[in-house]
Amino acid sequence: MTASSSQLAITAAGLRKSFGDKVVLDGIDLEVAEGTIFALLGPNGAGKTTTVQILSTLTSPDGGEVRVAGHDLAREPDAVRSAIGVTGQFSAVDNLLTGEENLLLMADLYHLDRREGRRRTADLLERFDLVEAAKKTPATYSGGMQRRLDLAMTLVGDPSIIFLDEPTAGLDPSGRRTTWEIVRGLVAGGATILLTTQYLEEADELADRIALLDQGKLVAEGTPEELKRRIPGGHIRLQFTDADGLDTAARTLGEVVRDDEALTLQIPSDGSVDALRALIDRLDDAHIKVDGLSVHTPDLDDVFFALTGQPKEEEAL
Amino acid sequence: MSARSYAVRDSVTMLRRNLRHALRYPTLTLTSLLIPVLILLLFVGVYGGTLGAGIGGPNGSTSYIAFVAPAIILMAATSGSVSTAVSVALDMSEGIINRFRTMAIARASVLTGHVVGSVIQTLISIGLLIGVAVLMGFRPDADPVEWVAAIGLLTLVTLALTWLSAGAGMSAKSVESASNLPTPVVLLPLISSGFVPTESMPAGVAWFAEHQPFTPIIETLRGLLTGTPIGNDAVVALAWCVVLTLAGYLWARSAFNRDPAPSRPRTLARV
Repeated sequence: MTASSSQLAITAAGLRKSFGDKVVLDGIDLEVAEGTIFALLGPNGAGKTTTVQILSTLTSPDGGEVRVAGHDLAREPDAVRSAIGVTGQFSAVDNLLTGEENLLLMADLYHLDRREGRRRTADLLERFDLVEAAKKTPATYSGGMQRRLDLAMTLVGDPSIIFLDEPTAGLDPSGRRTTWEIVRGLVAGGATILLTTQYLEEADELADRIALLDQGKLVAEGTPEELKRRIPGGHIRLQFTDADGLDTAARTLGEVVRDDEALTLQIPSDGSVDALRALIDRLDDAHIKVDGLSVHTPDLDDVFFALTGQPKEEEAL
Repeated sequence: MSARSYAVRDSVTMLRRNLRHALRYPTLTLTSLLIPVLILLLFVGVYGGTLGAGIGGPNGSTSYIAFVAPAIILMAATSGSVSTAVSVALDMSEGIINRFRTMAIARASVLTGHVVGSVIQTLISIGLLIGVAVLMGFRPDADPVEWVAAIGLLTLVTLALTWLSAGAGMSAKSVESASNLPTPVVLLPLISSGFVPTESMPAGVAWFAEHQPFTPIIETLRGLLTGTPIGNDAVVALAWCVVLTLAGYLWARSAFNRDPAPSRPRTLARV
């Protein structure tokens, strides 16, 4: 699955960082292919933000080799900076300037000429639905609008690699959907995205590859499908009213996991309609009465739990 | 464009940003002008008669304003340094500074923008204060060359104090502590030759007053504006300005290049 080095937007090997005695990153290896979305998934304090801060030149690592956009992070930080855009967890807008002035400030700092700066500003205000708020300061914005302005400022310089640190934390469901659409649009336009999230659904929805970070270590890495395959597979669960029914069904169906106390059987299955129909047909043929039936497909929650030993994060919304 | 012209361009961008802040929220700048104006009113209008007689002037408060005006003009610069430290600390607490750190811009431009912006604001305050002093009866007898020299000296002093306060603002843990750090600088002119001659002070205090940086600066300014003898005070004053500027610059630069605090998560209360 490893792409050749010319197609890699980000590589990190043996990344380490401690704050005082606290080890935050304990040897992280990452490879992010160009034009893909890579999600760093993990609970609070796993080291996601620190990873983004290091990759985006904000914090220096204690050890490890990093290349971003083909440039060595330690030796050519400015070359890295001109290729990247960062929208951090912290709000990175100028609260004393209006939305439009914020974008024009970015245009100046990206050394665009005046006309191009105005054109991109107008374009981004339009794209991020901020036209009406353009002349107001961010203090008057909703959380979602502030986040959109933040992201728009990151995009003024047309970065080829974009870091998004928990881009949807604290947003309402529609704000999250909007952000997802924007992220997909950016990748369709050729950008590479590394995002962090605590939301399994978000990683599953967006990412081409996911790395699971826990206590400063990568505990798993792969496509969402690969990760799902790493944990006990899907199954169909049958509920019976009495032990006789359970017995007959267990004999008829053969290879099952049976729970005599709960009166349930688990039959390994991919959960497809065909598999379900075949199972019901067999139960009908044997005149077995089933009280309840449910289909279980593994999702990233299961992966998360299986690999980190922690229950999934409560979804904030 | 070369790296150098980017450095200039980025600094101008940052300067524009800081001046826009100052214009939009002028309270900080105006407050820093208020204190020296009040001191001027107090020392000339209220204490002036007695103090003027005390320094042996022929006609009380009129001769005292000529003596004290240079010190109070200088206080416009020191009190401006508080607003510099506060505005730098305030800005450092904003997330946008972290955004600047991840962009390919001249690193020094953030600092340069602040310092040049503050120097401009402080010089405007100084100009306004000179106007108030003239309204109250201050009659400098400087010729054009002496005016240019006086303005030059005030600019250098402001630059030195601004770099020092930029360093204080950069290294302060909070905006509150940033507003306290320049306090010694604000109080220092009170123990100088600015308000009363150092000969009238107790021996230990007099020694301190004669050797602290503001005394030669005030003596030079007083000489330029009112024609008292300057002697080697001008050279000592310039040396102090250079030393303080350099110290402040190095302090501010090292504080800015330090890694930012581990992480400052966005408040989640906005849902």
